[in-house]
Amino acid sequence: MSLLAEMNQKALGLGIPLSVHLDVTYRCNERCVHCYLDHDDHGEMTTAEIRDILNQLSDAGVFFLTLSGGEVLMRRDFFEIVEHARCLLFNVKMKTNGAMVREPEAKRIRELGVEQVQISLYSHRAEIHDAITKLPGSFKRTVQAIRFLKSQGLKVVIANVLMASNLFDNTGVMALAKELGVPYTLDPTVSPKMDGDTSILALRIPGSELKQVFRNQELVGNVEEFCAPPPAPGEDVMDGFPCSAGHTACYITPYGDVFPCVQFPLPSGNLRRQKFADIWQNSPQLNEVRSIRARDLPTCSTCAHVGTCTRCPGLAYMEGNMRGPSTADCEKSFQRTGIPSANMLLKNRTRPTVPLIQIQSIA
Amino acid sequence: MRRRRKVIAEKYIARSSAIAARLIGGEMMIMSAVDSTFFTLNEVATLIWQAADGRTPLSAIVTDKICPEFEVDPDQASRDAERFVNDLCQHGILTMSEQPFTSPPPPEAR
Repeated sequence: MSLLAEMNQKALGLGIPLSVHLDVTYRCNERCVHCYLDHDDHGEMTTAEIRDILNQLSDAGVFFLTLSGGEVLMRRDFFEIVEHARCLLFNVKMKTNGAMVREPEAKRIRELGVEQVQISLYSHRAEIHDAITKLPGSFKRTVQAIRFLKSQGLKVVIANVLMASNLFDNTGVMALAKELGVPYTLDPTVSPKMDGDTSILALRIPGSELKQVFRNQELVGNVEEFCAPPPAPGEDVMDGFPCSAGHTACYITPYGDVFPCVQFPLPSGNLRRQKFADIWQNSPQLNEVRSIRARDLPTCSTCAHVGTCTRCPGLAYMEGNMRGPSTADCEKSFQRTGIPSANMLLKNRTRPTVPLIQIQSIA
Repeated sequence: MRRRRKVIAEKYIARSSAIAARLIGGEMMIMSAVDSTFFTLNEVATLIWQAADGRTPLSAIVTDKICPEFEVDPDQASRDAERFVNDLCQHGILTMSEQPFTSPPPPEAR
């Protein structure tokens, strides 16, 4: 077990929120077609409120702090927030589209000791990237930002959300990442909007295309291993929980709402009315999330993929039941291994079938 | 004939600011912001790290903090502390000087 895994285990046992994702704003200078956020400012937290929350997070034992948005640099006090976070010795990662990162910003990010900067890049072709962000010139600015950050010696990661509109560009983005000397990550999941609107799910890549992605050695490593049929689940799997959401991690919105995860918008408390420690320890919602084990999932506990599935409880929640399947992950498991999930089999069984021969009486 | 006394210079240690750190269940968890190397310190090492304010000599940290707290032999404790400090200095987690640091004490993990 790695040192980090050991500390995760320890944090889990002690009930410590090791990782927090804090969105400092939902405002953004881009209007990405797949974005799940409402970019209007409905009263985001002030600098003083965020500083106070960071103090509370530090007291609670949070180590990994991801600052994201919206576009973080839309906040004029962003560097003040990072400076305070670093004074509290958080490991700070930030996510940005890079459009507002020039040499001085890159230098400041390095001086503040930000550990990693994740930048979204949708294509190696400017016209495709800009069509997704709806910000003309954004491709050029984003790539320049990566170069500025790299020149400061910062660790930069490219995040490529794969959609139908940029489906064939992932190899181009990978090549560009190589040229820029930065790692590349690919995410084939488009999430529903925070308000539950699922219209943007139409942008997801077709399931059949996922199959190709999962067979790309550069992305998944050992394809045979990655796509192998799932082993029979043991007791440890059935007693396990799906992910760190609510266990050692949580998400905070720019309005102070606390959710188990950025993809799991289950309101669990608000930091304008409650202390973080109170929400983390006593929220009935977080405690409910923590109580769920794989064996408690009515459909997924019967699924062959239960031990290897990437089932996201947040996506399941947005589909209507946090104990239910997340169909996007069912599709991934199926495309990866060729074995349908229990949920797929159930749906096929319950779907009204059209008889092969329809007989009508002549009378 | 006068015997020449060997003078051992004091060592002052200061926590680096290019790190992330948090105390988790008595163990200090540290990650270098420079190369993302991850460390955990045991209780003794944590105490040394916390006391590394750049102004207190290492010898004083050992005699005033380590020895009373852990009831260890001072010579052995000094040797162990020096080895540990050299190790962390090599990773950029601590900085060492033969003079007290003049800059303000680095932040301490909560």
